[in-house]
Amino acid sequence: MAFKKHLPIAGLALALIGVQLITVATGSTYYLTQLTMVSYLGLLIIGLCLVMGYAGQISLGHAGFFGIGGYTSAALTTLNLSQAFSAGDPMVLALEKLGFLIHSQNIYGETLLYVHPWAACVAAIVATTLIAFGIGIPVLKLKGHYLAMATLGFGIIIYRIVLAVEIFGEADGISDVPPFPLIGNMAITGDLDQRVANYYIGAVVLLIGMILLQNLIHSRVGRALTAIHGAEDAADAMGVNTSRYKLYTFVVSAVFASLAGVFLTHYTGGISPSDAGVMKSVRFVAIVAIGGMASLWGALSIGLILNFMSLRGFFGSYDDAVFGTILIVIMLFAPDGILRLPFLQKLMHRQGDES
Amino acid sequence: MKSFMKNVLAMLACSGLALTMLAGCSAPDETKKEEVKQAIKVGAILAETGGASFLGGPEARSMRMMVEQINAAGGVNGQPIELIIKDSAASPDKAISFAKQLIEEEQVLAILGPSTSGESMQLKSICEQAETILISCGAAEVIVNPVAKWVFKTPQTDSFAAMHIFAEMNKMGIDKIAVLSGNTGFGKAGRGQLQKIAPDFKITILEDEVYDKKSTDLSAVVAKINANKDVQAVINWSIVPAQAIVAKNMRQAGMTIPLFQSHGFGNVKYIEAAGEAAEGIIFPSGRLLAADILADDNVQKATLVKYIADYESKYAPEQASTFGGHGFDAIMILAKAIENAGSSDKAKVRDAIENLQGFPGTGGVFNFSATDHNGLAMDAFVMMTVKDGKFVLYHQ
Amino acid sequence: MTLELFTQYLFAGITYGIIYAIVAIGFNIIYNTTGIINFAQGEFVMLGGMIAISLNGLVPLPVAITIAVILTMLIGGLIEIIFIRWLRSPSVLRLIIITIGLSILIREIALHIWGDTVRALPYFTGNVISSLNILGAHISPQVLWVIGVCSVMVVLLSLFFHFTSLGKEMQACASNRIAATLCGINAKNMVTFSFMLSAAIGALAGCVVSPITSSQYDMGTGLAIKGFTVAVLGGLGNSMAAVVAGILLGILEAFSIAIGFPLAFQDAISISILLVILFIRPNGLFGSAVSAGLKDF
Repeated sequence: MAFKKHLPIAGLALALIGVQLITVATGSTYYLTQLTMVSYLGLLIIGLCLVMGYAGQISLGHAGFFGIGGYTSAALTTLNLSQAFSAGDPMVLALEKLGFLIHSQNIYGETLLYVHPWAACVAAIVATTLIAFGIGIPVLKLKGHYLAMATLGFGIIIYRIVLAVEIFGEADGISDVPPFPLIGNMAITGDLDQRVANYYIGAVVLLIGMILLQNLIHSRVGRALTAIHGAEDAADAMGVNTSRYKLYTFVVSAVFASLAGVFLTHYTGGISPSDAGVMKSVRFVAIVAIGGMASLWGALSIGLILNFMSLRGFFGSYDDAVFGTILIVIMLFAPDGILRLPFLQKLMHRQGDES
Repeated sequence: MKSFMKNVLAMLACSGLALTMLAGCSAPDETKKEEVKQAIKVGAILAETGGASFLGGPEARSMRMMVEQINAAGGVNGQPIELIIKDSAASPDKAISFAKQLIEEEQVLAILGPSTSGESMQLKSICEQAETILISCGAAEVIVNPVAKWVFKTPQTDSFAAMHIFAEMNKMGIDKIAVLSGNTGFGKAGRGQLQKIAPDFKITILEDEVYDKKSTDLSAVVAKINANKDVQAVINWSIVPAQAIVAKNMRQAGMTIPLFQSHGFGNVKYIEAAGEAAEGIIFPSGRLLAADILADDNVQKATLVKYIADYESKYAPEQASTFGGHGFDAIMILAKAIENAGSSDKAKVRDAIENLQGFPGTGGVFNFSATDHNGLAMDAFVMMTVKDGKFVLYHQ
Repeated sequence: MTLELFTQYLFAGITYGIIYAIVAIGFNIIYNTTGIINFAQGEFVMLGGMIAISLNGLVPLPVAITIAVILTMLIGGLIEIIFIRWLRSPSVLRLIIITIGLSILIREIALHIWGDTVRALPYFTGNVISSLNILGAHISPQVLWVIGVCSVMVVLLSLFFHFTSLGKEMQACASNRIAATLCGINAKNMVTFSFMLSAAIGALAGCVVSPITSSQYDMGTGLAIKGFTVAVLGGLGNSMAAVVAGILLGILEAFSIAIGFPLAFQDAISISILLVILFIRPNGLFGSAVSAGLKDF
């Protein structure tokens, strides 16, 4: 069973490699830029799917968590400290040795001294975890439209804060975010010579996320979540600590969104208030709904495809209009998600019978 | 067992879709490249939809119109221009993705736009690294200061607008003011310049409020300013609809102190939106709005009159605006530079832009240099006001 | 603070509040009969305003507004018939997502019809600079129009729901759909009526506020969020409570400006207050736990 459980993951890995090879063969490696962006967004989508599909909680505030991650990391790594400290300051040297600070030069040749992206990333995760716990404990007690409103409200608050605070760049957002160094020369960056490497970094991050969530779903926690979604009162009566499971899922999902924010910000080199806006949250929820709420694979595939088309500018000025139309059509004719469309179902059942 | 097979199938379906998509979108591109081998490719990233469509819409329409005209006249140096406009909807992640697409896949000579300062800042280092010309339509000064080798901009600089306003205030004997601004990139940049420059003109900012760009009513803010009797004038730095709302609320509250607007007040529509409340508003503006009252020997006059007439006949009932003019300037500067360079080589065209002198655009007369990638001087602005529902020159 | 200034802030707050409340009432009507939140409510407001503006000049203002309201009402009905009526026992979440999709679609269609220009209806009485002097404060006559129209609307709605058979049938569907159907009420028609009513109210609101706020294709989203906030604050389904909650929120916002609170954080603060209230009273200021329990996801 363990082998079979991981077979789809292996399949996804093969598909990701296949896509890269095809782009090389057709001389269109430039697609990898958008594919990398899409895989980080995929991380957020599967996290949201966990909350919506498995724990049965709607969250209209996930762009807020994306924003917390992206902005924390961007603000810390673009804040130039070289003015505040003299060059040979022993404290700076010590912090640099420990890996908290890093030196580099910008396009004008000025020296920059800023927080190391790893330290900034840890700060972003810690901040997200704390905020998710803080907001999750009261919010998850709410139900229905009130829960929707509360999460929407949380998203708006984050949006308002990044739009109003000077260190977050107000309406302009933050640009010139440095690369996120990994092992050796590898880094999460939009540089062209690292594009293939970055595609695989994005793919690996997504795969790890997927494996973690798959394991979570097939564990005791996952079964408890399914029970909560099915009948919360019954699960409660059977001794499942429903509120604690819901809270943990919410926090895990928030951290996924936050990491997506961190990585994507370093990859594109910038973030702006609209990335943390309400419309983004709505878009994420819609993607999960189109993919089929309780289907990580469905949400992931729809997320990859729709975000890819949007980032490629497929529909020009009609991007939002097309998105709205798809949303309506899917909800009208395939409310359980696109993968549960009758003809796909038939296909799957036939396959199932044969095996 | 079934659910396992479902997963595998779902996964296959997903990767299959992705593959067909890749195959599908690479094919037509190839054929297109063959057809227009001779054309000079120019990219544009503009916010035709979304929150900044009031900028991106007129800019895109102006550029399309000018490219049509240029190509109808035989192109530049005999080569037609192929303009590829991408709608970013003012979303920087799209702008970044599009910029990379245009640079690598389309191999464009230059990128015109984006419409907003925020997006422009995100693209600054991308274009710098890819050595591709960027002619931004964003207003903020930071786009060209510090100067980046490949980055230019066409809208007049905020600080010049601020200086014109303050100079006018000095003449009127005003030294205590209130500043209102919207929470857009435009409002942010303007507010920053006002705060920075005010001390040079011995002007004190007593009240300073930033309001939401989608505000529906600002009477409470206006009441607060009205309550401060030391305030002698108000500067509002924002875009529609808030700039009309401020004017209305001030007049409704019976305030008689002068209202100054930014150079974003550049369209006759705004007078209509604010109605009689627009009377007496003083604002710096490019000469676009004053085209028909300019002296005949003004170097800009011919350009302006033709642009306005062309735009308004092509896109009636829409009227020409300062914003559309930024788009016009961007494409015309590029076309002129290609002509001067005599080739469509990136580096040569870039040098040609930097050497462009005395080029009359809608925003002013452009004189670029290695240290000035905006090319407009203080005199790009004139002070204007609204009288009997029309724009007229102030103090004349 | 002088009395004049106090009154000035008070009226500013009431203006904000009534605009929010008028949108919230639209939410409540559909919520009451269907149990769903129609996220396209803000678009009805936009449509009403934009249609009236397009007609104004061709026909006299009152006629333009009437046609705009009727047209929007028909659009509301059509939307229900095309997108919602034929669904068999749809889940609430599914309906919500359909209305989100509709909201995006209507906004984009409006952009391609009317473009991005900001327009406004003329002031109903007087003009843009006229103001009335009430207790020393300057109030635009349009504010009185908004307050008046909203009050009349609330009264008429409550009469409608309590004294007309159609209104009572709609209420019956709200409290128990199956029982209502058994009594011979056509529940599906009631849902269509609620969409039409709500669209008409939204459109009327869009016309009355247009001189103050101006109309633009994307004005709906912001209004819908504020309206939803107010509806939840009051307790979903309760229109009277929405008006009270709206005015409370509006006054709070106006006076937060008065005490020098940075405007940029205003929304963050008003929504934080909403969250705190939800945590203490999960069913809104005036809602009861029972009614909230009935309508879950």
